[in-house]
Amino acid sequence: MSLNRIIGLFLRHFFLIKSSLPRILDLIYWPTIQIILWGFISKFFTTYSDYYNNTVGVILTCAILYDFLFRSSISFNMLFLEEIWSRNFTNLFIAPMRISEIITALVGTALIRTLIGLVPAILITSPLFGISILNLGIPLFFLFLSLYIFGITLGLFVSSGLLRYGPAFENIAWSSLFLLAPLGCIYYPIEILPDFFQNVAKGLPLVYIFEEARSILVNQVVNYSNIKNAFILNAIYLFIGISLFYYSFSQARKKGSLINIGE
Amino acid sequence: MQKSVIVENLSKNYFKKEAVKEISFTINENEILGLLGPNGCGKTTTIAMMLGLLKPSNGRVVIHGLDIEKNRISLLHKMNFISPYIELPKKLSVKENLIVYGKLYGVKFISERIKYLSEKLRLEEFINKKTGVLSSGQKNRVSLAKALINEPSILFLDEPTASLDPETGDFVRSFIEKISKEKKMSILLASHNMDEVKRLCKNVLMMNNGVIIDKGTPDELIKKHGKRNLEEVFLKLNRNNHELK
Repeated sequence: MSLNRIIGLFLRHFFLIKSSLPRILDLIYWPTIQIILWGFISKFFTTYSDYYNNTVGVILTCAILYDFLFRSSISFNMLFLEEIWSRNFTNLFIAPMRISEIITALVGTALIRTLIGLVPAILITSPLFGISILNLGIPLFFLFLSLYIFGITLGLFVSSGLLRYGPAFENIAWSSLFLLAPLGCIYYPIEILPDFFQNVAKGLPLVYIFEEARSILVNQVVNYSNIKNAFILNAIYLFIGISLFYYSFSQARKKGSLINIGE
Repeated sequence: MQKSVIVENLSKNYFKKEAVKEISFTINENEILGLLGPNGCGKTTTIAMMLGLLKPSNGRVVIHGLDIEKNRISLLHKMNFISPYIELPKKLSVKENLIVYGKLYGVKFISERIKYLSEKLRLEEFINKKTGVLSSGQKNRVSLAKALINEPSILFLDEPTASLDPETGDFVRSFIEKISKEKKMSILLASHNMDEVKRLCKNVLMMNNGVIIDKGTPDELIKKHGKRNLEEVFLKLNRNNHELK
């Protein structure tokens, strides 16, 4: 592992972001819109729903957590897509970069992109809705970490597809998280789902993460077994994601997709 | 003469299609080898295998005594490549792009290296401009600077002067000629510009349908085929090949 090369790839994206106000605004825009929208939905539910009665901020907190997952995954994919769109892909792969260095650089850069979007969203929830996600306390760190790992893992799955199939896989990058949202039980308990889907959902770390967030906010109870389950599942998926990325790189070298990926 | 690159029985199959069929050649230190052939003849596939971008179906590429398949990362430190079909990020300035690639190639004194290349390749006037706003000639010189950022001992040039005006084309050719001698580089030059190949290359490989159909110095090939120039040789060989097909 070379820190220089990791910094090099980080700088490639840092220079891009800092030079473009529209890019920074784009990073801030969607989380902000999401939070405002869900802020009003959250207010509605706290007023009219028995389940969430007097539990201010459950929906909004879950929306922020979900958005963090969404941003981290999309950020990872975007970094890859930027290389394809700018036709710089081949240049990167003829540079002496190990796959582990590419993944590490993208993970770090994706975190910064995600935080650029998330921090303003968190900051406006307090003056606008009187809610602070920080009420989750110390477990919030584990929830964010767990979501970030899962977001990156999804990013690895999609990037593996991009590596192997090129820009044709781009739409999957955008839609991957929408497919998981209903099964992730972000705004409701797992019992809402039909039995079959419950079994599928139990295989996703999202269920445990959001269950834990609701448990803390509604019952003021911290259940570390949920966090543990989420981390175990994350470790499995991350391992599969990294292995798939290596495999896709090897396949791309066999099939020639590294040469004409931008075309 | 030291052999920098040895290509042995190199083949690449895509499903049933044989893109490159058991080709062998060498590039000596301080040699510019021309690779000529019509579009789709296997030039890019050959270069991609030599760069480790593509896994050969058979055969091997040995660079400085090491197999590229087993030593890809360490050998890539000593190689670089330019092609009009790949670009540098357009939203980054020329300097930012060179800093990024300096880092990726582990260049120790990046600022000094960029300054040196800026002077040699006349980049100073637009070093802080976004790469996307540059003219073709300027972009070409920036790509060349990127390709030289790591002081490669082996350089792959795929149509380095395509779409350049005569003055810029001549500047680039003179620069390649000069730097290859100064740094004793081994260069593989794929080009459709026969005058360029005759001027720069000591030896030439003629490719068609994934095989090397002839090779020699430009003058040898011209004499052997009884033609007036390399372009006529190219046309003769490729027409013969079409008729044979």
